[in-house]
This record gives sequence, C-alpha cells and structure tokens, in this order.
Amino acid sequence: MPGRPLRILLAEDQALLLAGLTRILEAGGCRVVATARSGPELAAALADPALTALDPDVAILDVRLPPTFSTEGLVAAVEARARRPGLPVLVLSQYVEPLYAGELLAGGHGAVGYLLKDRVSDVDAFLESVHRVADGGTALDPEVVAALVRSARRRRPLDRLTDREREVLTLMAEGRSNAAVADRLFVSEKAVGKHTTSIFAKLDLPPTPDDNRRVLAVLAWLRDERA
Amino acid sequence: MTHWEMMPSPILRSVSPTPIDGPALASRLRMTAAALAYTALAAPALVLAIGSILSAALGPLLVGVALANAVVPATEALAGLHRRVDGAFLGVRMAAGYADTSGRNPVTRPMRWLTDGARWRDVGFLWFSATGGFVLSLLPPALLAAPVVHLTGALIVGGAFWWLLAFLGGPSLVVWWLVTPALTLARMRTDAALLDRSGVERLRHRVAQVAASRADTIDHGAAELRRIERDLHDGAQARIAAVGMAVGLADKLLRTDPEAASALLREARTTSVEALEDLRSVVRGIHPPALADRGLAGGVEALALQVPLPVTVSMRLPGGVPEPVESAVYFAVAECLSNTVKHAGASRAWLTGTVAGGLLVVVAGDDGCGGADPAGGGLSGIARRLAAFDGTVTVASPAGGPTTVTLEVPCPGVR
Repeated sequence: MPGRPLRILLAEDQALLLAGLTRILEAGGCRVVATARSGPELAAALADPALTALDPDVAILDVRLPPTFSTEGLVAAVEARARRPGLPVLVLSQYVEPLYAGELLAGGHGAVGYLLKDRVSDVDAFLESVHRVADGGTALDPEVVAALVRSARRRRPLDRLTDREREVLTLMAEGRSNAAVADRLFVSEKAVGKHTTSIFAKLDLPPTPDDNRRVLAVLAWLRDERA
Repeated sequence: MTHWEMMPSPILRSVSPTPIDGPALASRLRMTAAALAYTALAAPALVLAIGSILSAALGPLLVGVALANAVVPATEALAGLHRRVDGAFLGVRMAAGYADTSGRNPVTRPMRWLTDGARWRDVGFLWFSATGGFVLSLLPPALLAAPVVHLTGALIVGGAFWWLLAFLGGPSLVVWWLVTPALTLARMRTDAALLDRSGVERLRHRVAQVAASRADTIDHGAAELRRIERDLHDGAQARIAAVGMAVGLADKLLRTDPEAASALLREARTTSVEALEDLRSVVRGIHPPALADRGLAGGVEALALQVPLPVTVSMRLPGGVPEPVESAVYFAVAECLSNTVKHAGASRAWLTGTVAGGLLVVVAGDDGCGGADPAGGGLSGIARRLAAFDGTVTVASPAGGPTTVTLEVPCPGVR
C-alpha cells in the first residue's frame, strides 16, 4: 500500500464489531481516525468542517445505527455524498437490500461499497475492497449483484449473453477490474477484455476504457427501471 | 357470551289467574294504570304517525325537514317512555339502537333518519299504538271501570236500574282479573318486538370489542416480530459476525504472529458460545422449551424456579387448553412474576391455576407493598395479550399489599 496509511471514519454501534473492525483495519495498515456509535454522532462527524479536519479517505458505516435502528448510516452517507460528491463510502450491513445499493449509487460518482458484514472475515478481500472504494472504485456484495442480475433477468433477457459472459458481468458488477476478473476465472486478462467488449456490445452500452465507469454503466443497466 | 347487563325483576310475572292475593291485585292494578296511560298516549301516537308519513313524503321540501325535526325527537321521547315502562313490566332492558347522528345538522340529520331502520320501526310502533295497541290497552281499564261506575251509581243514585247494571257488570270484574295480564303481555311484547334493538346493540358492542382486540393483537404480533428481529440482529447475528472477523484475522496472522492468532481463536470460541446462548434466549422468548415439553403447568413451574423468592405453585389444569392460550397465559405469568420481583419487595409469591366451567383462571399473588397500576405498561400488555382470547385481567393491589392479579381466559370445552 503506497503512501500514507488510509484514514478511516468508522461508524458501528456494537462494541464487539467496532473492536473487530478496528483491529482488522489496523492490521491492514489503515488508521481509524474517528469512530461514531450512533446516527447523531456520525452526522456530527460527517458535517463540515469536521470532515475537513478529519480528512478521512473512506467512511465505513453500519447501515443501522441508534437511535431508531433503521437506516441512519445509509441516510448519513447519502447526505454526506450530496455535500461532498465522490466522498468514498463503504456501507456494511447484516443483510443486503439492492434498493439501498441503488440509493448509494444514484450519484454516479463511484467510490461506493456495500458489503455484508460476513465479508469482513475474508480479511484480505475486505481490505482490498476498502482500498478500491478509497480509490474511487466500487465494491458491491455478490449478493447485491446477484439480486440485481435476477431482477434484470426478469425484466429483460440476459439470455443473449453466454454463461461465461454472465460470470464476467457478475464479477464486473461487484467492482472488480479486468485483471481481478481474470484472476478469479483463471483466464487471461486479454480473454476477459474480449468478453467485456462483447457484453457491452450485446447490452448496447457505450465502450469505455475506465474500469470504474464500466462498472457503473453495468450497474445502471442492471437496475434500470424503465426497460 | 358475557351478560349484557343485569336484568331488572319483572312486574309481570305470570298470566295465571291464581294466586288471588294482595300482590296479584297490586300488579293487576299497575297493569291497568299503565294500560290507561297507553290508551291516552294513543292520541299523540296517531298525530306523530301521521306527522312521520307527511314529513317523509315532504322530505325534499324545507317544510318536510322542519316537520321531521319536530316529529322524530317527539317520537323518540314517546318510544323511549314505552321502552322504559314495557321494560319494567317484562323485566328486560330495551335499547333504542338508533344510527349515530352526532355531528350532523338539522338538515342532514333527517337524511340519516330516513335510512335508519330503527326510526322506521318507531313509526311502525306509532301506528300499532294508535290502533291494535289502543284496543289491547283500552280493555283492562274499561273492564275495571264499568262495574266500579255501576256500583258507584247504585250506591249514590240508587234504584233498580243501577243495581241491575251493577249485578250484570259484576262478572266483568272476573274477566278483568283473568285477561288483564294476558292483554298487557300481548301489548308489551308487541311493543318490544318493534322497539327493542338490544340484540343489535349487543352485537354492535361485541363487534367493536372484537375489532379492537384484533387490532391490538396485530399490533402486538408486529411488535413481537420487531423485538425478535432486534434481538437476533443485536445478539447472535452480531456475535457470529464478530467470530468471522476474529477467525479471518487469525487466518491472516497465522504465519506472522501465531501468538496473536491463537488469542483471536480463543476469543472466537468464547464469542461463538455466547452467540449460542443468545439464540437460546431468543428461542425461549418465542416458545419456551418447558412450555413446549410440559404444557402450561410445567412451564409456570419452570418460571417460578427462576424467580429469586419462594413461589408456591398450585396448578390443577386438565389437558386440552389450546396452545396459543397456554402461551399467552405463560407470558402473562412471567410478566406478573417479574413485576413482583422488580416492584413489590415481596418475601413470597404464589400461583394458582384452575379450569372451572370452561374458564381458565390463573391467579398470581405476592405479599409485597401493593399499589400496582393496572394501566401500567406491563399489566396493560398482559391485558392486550389475553384480550385476543376474550380473556381478562383483574388487578387487586391496595397500598400496603398484598397484590393479586387474576387472569381469566374462556376455554370452551375444557373441563
């Protein structure tokens, strides 16, 4: 990890999980610069000028926080991103709700993650996701992507895609680069490149070289309601 | 079904000619007086009957509306008087059961009257009162009055004519004695058939009760589900996630820092045990194992053992109490015991349970300081739980104690 350690703002109400996350992040060379245990604490931490002072590289938030235990974390994240577009936010939750992913992605800026808390136990993959989001990429839980693909399939056929192309599409939607997809599927990066070009052609999406823009295009296509 | 209201004892007890004694004479005289009054009221009834028909016919015109505003309240008063008098004689409480017109003005109110069956039955009563009812009510006073008038005439005026009339009229007294109860009964039963809507009232009341308890039950069910979801999210689910994190980090540190990895694994093991405990307590909150295995009596005994004061348990329950009732009563008893522990400062408590005549009765008592508030959260929660099964909670808790909470739930068919 190049340069200074990632500065993290961490919001989690449960002491056990807050401690676990802090430990994992610090073992991965990040620095937890601020923690919040409730919605109001998080809102205070995210409010300018506090954010400027803290200067976090990424905010990692639990969706559900006191006092109402509904979606305070998510609401705070969406509001903070409205004030500072592109603020990297990684949302953690004990359940996945594709609707919430849609709300986070709505700005189209990327730098968004939405993962099940279970994923944290795969420490290296989790830390990679944190860095990816900090760098402006996306990290969506496979379950969120699966739900989006399922609903997209109901609305319009993904049948034009080959099985391999669907695998690539799913991994790409999670936020992985061509190189990472190639790694996962045990094929060459060049082969993945071919698949993605073909996918983009079949879905009528404009070709773009940037990994992250491509991911966002795929996500937009998957959750497009008008189709 | 619960009794609607205590019935007043009837004045008209029987139509039998015997016994011939003071009370029987008194009751016949009262019937005759009522019949005389009803005869007199036939005239206003006829006026109102005609007025009702006119106001309905003239409804679209302002005069019809004005007439209705005069006639209908007067009819209500007249019908109400008959309801009270008939009710006293028949030993029933009669209800008017009019449709609700509160919040309506004198123009919109007649619209509602027009579609209210109870008001039209009132009009039917008016016609009966002015015709057949009039005849039925006229006879008793006439039969009584004739010989009295003749005898008075014979005594004052004298002469064969009056004495003959008095002699011939004598039997009409016998007829009066014989037929007055039957005539009164016929008149008042017919009135009641037209005027009494207490059956409908009773049903209306019952429906309101059922609707309220159903809404409460649904609320309660939703609140329970939220509580269970919260318990799982904050407890077992969080701990299992923490176990995952600790194991994941241990895996990462295994090579570089085996000491730390081993400490993390030990911690993960402890946390996983705690997660199981959490799950068990959530399950206990949904359907306690002792209740599932041993029924209400066993479940309540198990509850008593968990309380830090001596609890005498005497549950004599036959089998066959429905499971949902058992569960509701179990949680109600749990709430009572926890109130005792938290608030009563009691040195001992007792629980008794019986089923008699299809009614399950469980009493939770303690020798504590009393002053329990039946409207308090815990006790009103119990009441809501039991209301779903038509059950009731009665709290007796004078200041200084002792406190008894009586839970009653109908269990038809359980002996």
